[in-house]
Amino acid sequence: MAKKKKKMPGLNTSSTADISFMLLIFFLVTTSMDTDMGLARRLPQPPDKDQEQAQMDIHERDIMCVRINSQGFLWVSDGNGSGYAELADLRARAKAFIANEQNLPKFPERVAKNIDLLGMCYITENHVISVQTDRGTPYNVYFTVQNELVAAYNELRNELAKAKFHREYAALTEEQKVAVRAYYPQRISEAEPKNYGGN
Amino acid sequence: MAGFKKKASREMPEMNTSSLPDLIFTILFFFMIVTTMREVTLKVKFTVPAGTELEKLAKKSAVSFIYVGPPTDALRAQMGSGTRIQLNDRYAEPREVMDFVAAERQGMANQAEQTISIKADQRTQMGYITDIKEVLRKSWALRINYSASKRN
Repeated sequence: MAKKKKKMPGLNTSSTADISFMLLIFFLVTTSMDTDMGLARRLPQPPDKDQEQAQMDIHERDIMCVRINSQGFLWVSDGNGSGYAELADLRARAKAFIANEQNLPKFPERVAKNIDLLGMCYITENHVISVQTDRGTPYNVYFTVQNELVAAYNELRNELAKAKFHREYAALTEEQKVAVRAYYPQRISEAEPKNYGGN
Repeated sequence: MAGFKKKASREMPEMNTSSLPDLIFTILFFFMIVTTMREVTLKVKFTVPAGTELEKLAKKSAVSFIYVGPPTDALRAQMGSGTRIQLNDRYAEPREVMDFVAAERQGMANQAEQTISIKADQRTQMGYITDIKEVLRKSWALRINYSASKRN
């Protein structure tokens, strides 16, 4: 009696979906989609040991100094005089200092500079905002100060972008962004603490 | 009449689910690829400050983290509650940051874009941060990022 040819029974794959679901759920749970955010800063290059520290000739009108003491209080000195300041006022004060729209002699000098796309501009190219801290300053306050200063720059850039290109800064093309950045260069000095530095 | 044979019973045909595993596998692979397993166990606890002008950390592969804060509750009995710096899986002194930066830089494809992200507790005293920053400057790791959470 010739047997019928035996057929290999097909593997039952109905549970594959369940297995892959389990794996999927495992990865779903362990995935951390959080994108790390932060305030990006650039440190100055290390001081050259052999060379004399190049003494930058900075006029007094070009400097805005923000000191934060160990209690977290701010002492701001700029063209408007010096004294204790509130964190809430810092942004407006920094904006007035950086822009110097009326070209006041107490605020940074506006220097003529040729910028692509914008033409001849008078910008406060040499201004410096110096942030000085004490060893006991709370990191929180320091961070908020940095944040406010960056916010001042960003607001100014946004205003310029709207005035010149009729668009938000974020929506500009790369060349336009470069031009706007050249108009308001970010010059926040991460001042060295007092007990370092030779001079 | 051939065309009008009575049908036996109208049953809903079963849906073919044979491609379901493939579908799920596709989603699975997506999640497998985007997942980044946390490679260090945190030994310090920190709440990062909140800011408004934040940027995203762009190149994940070129980022190294430095954690600053008090030891976790489990380790407080041994280590006290003073501020500590954590590099990789252990506590470290500020001067060890230089070796850490060099070691991290070794394994990177785009060394010029190396970014150090400082994840520090908001109550940290600036002295610790300043020390770290000074060492980072000396080791030419000039791109830094103060890690923070978004605030409106």
